[in-house]
Amino acid sequence: MQRVVITGLGCMTAIGSNPDELWQAVESGTSGLRDLADRDPILKFKAAGQIPALDLSQLSNTQLQTGDRCSHLALLAARQAAAHSQLTQHHALDKIAIILGCSTNGRHAEEPEVARVYTENARVKPLTIPRSMASNGASQVAIDQQITGPTFTVSTACASGAHAIGLAFHMVRSGMVTAALAGAHESPLTRAFLRAWDSMRVVSPTACRPFSQDRDGMSLAEGSAVLTLETLASARARNAPIFAEILGFGMSADAHHITQPHPGGAAQAMLAALSDAAQTLHATDQPGTMQSLLESINYLNAHATATATNDAVEAAAIHQVFGPRAPHIPVSGTKGLHGHAIGASSAIETLITALALHHHRLPFTAGTTTADPALNLDVILNSPRTLPPDAPITALTNALAFGGLNAVLCLRSITK
Amino acid sequence: MPDDITQRVIDLIAKSKNISPDTITPASTFEELTIDSLDIVNLSFEVEETFGITIADDSLNSLRTVGDVVSRVHQLQSAQKVST
Repeated sequence: MQRVVITGLGCMTAIGSNPDELWQAVESGTSGLRDLADRDPILKFKAAGQIPALDLSQLSNTQLQTGDRCSHLALLAARQAAAHSQLTQHHALDKIAIILGCSTNGRHAEEPEVARVYTENARVKPLTIPRSMASNGASQVAIDQQITGPTFTVSTACASGAHAIGLAFHMVRSGMVTAALAGAHESPLTRAFLRAWDSMRVVSPTACRPFSQDRDGMSLAEGSAVLTLETLASARARNAPIFAEILGFGMSADAHHITQPHPGGAAQAMLAALSDAAQTLHATDQPGTMQSLLESINYLNAHATATATNDAVEAAAIHQVFGPRAPHIPVSGTKGLHGHAIGASSAIETLITALALHHHRLPFTAGTTTADPALNLDVILNSPRTLPPDAPITALTNALAFGGLNAVLCLRSITK
Repeated sequence: MPDDITQRVIDLIAKSKNISPDTITPASTFEELTIDSLDIVNLSFEVEETFGITIADDSLNSLRTVGDVVSRVHQLQSAQKVST
């Protein structure tokens, strides 16, 4: 078993088109939730995490034609992560995996075509087929980077990114590959999809406020985040910058309801991530057990969609896992910054968690001024919390999807 | 000076491949223009929509040059006129 570290980061989000811009926004609490451009007046909400002035000039004509905006976000983030880590210069191309999460791809390509079918009985453009493949983004990244290792797309709604990163982590840890580009991408801000979300009555009419007493829903967003994962041995051998180590990955299904979350599933996934982390420690001759990990978690990046139900259920799950320690574990939700980019959210949040561990600064819950006391959690508010550089941080990042599909990653800071 | 159909075909290809129409002539081959099999399917759709014709699936493989497309358009338009 290999130790696995994060050595490259890339992102396209409403709060930054690279990790440095994103981190500045996280530090300052500058939200990317703004009034939608060309907003459909029927919508009850105004704000979303839309990437302003997306620059696609770096993409080829073929990439622009054969991929949806959703895949373009994957291409741009993957390029950053690969360049950041000089990935393809240090790993054999057939020993690199590309595992991306995506809930729905091709919305921008499909919706106008479908509308014309039903209103004009029109024919449909042939490129609608490849552009709407859920796996289009993974294929585009493979072609772009000339990477030939295991490549696929995971689709588990709002947990897609965490599932993708977790599977890639297991593939690198097992030795199946030596490195991976892992993350997720989503571009759901299309006319029909926004109306459907409006009808679901889960979107905040203002802006999302995770864990707030007056929280009233989520805020939708588009975005992407891709991480380079590789073995600690290869990272150290070439003196690569290491942002954080991935220790464990856990997943579960609530087996309960297609939209309502259940604390049992989330708790089971958190415990599975900790158990998996303990296995990593044991197999790589590091001290620590499941129990010591339970006692050492000192940051939790929550799924925190800011719906009344999600945050309450997630809090209940945290209490179920950590018992009396639960109210003392620093927790934050960052969707008030970047919005809920559906499948990409958990990849963006894993990237933020990696940067938090790297900088020893725990992000605060932007958008929220007063935490709901009923949740009984140590919600980080108003400003980031600084931890001493020599204090190890062991973190969980939760992804709890519609349909009860849960994925949790356990990350640890690297001792300098 | 290319005829109207030739110019419109050239413009469709130029738009699809994001290249200048000035670089395209009837003698340009698909290979020279890096038009692959997916591009041919896409171009055929645009040509059909633009000229109101139907290009049979089994005839796509015989198209090699811009001139081939133009000839096919002429041919199919003439056939349509005869049949109407």
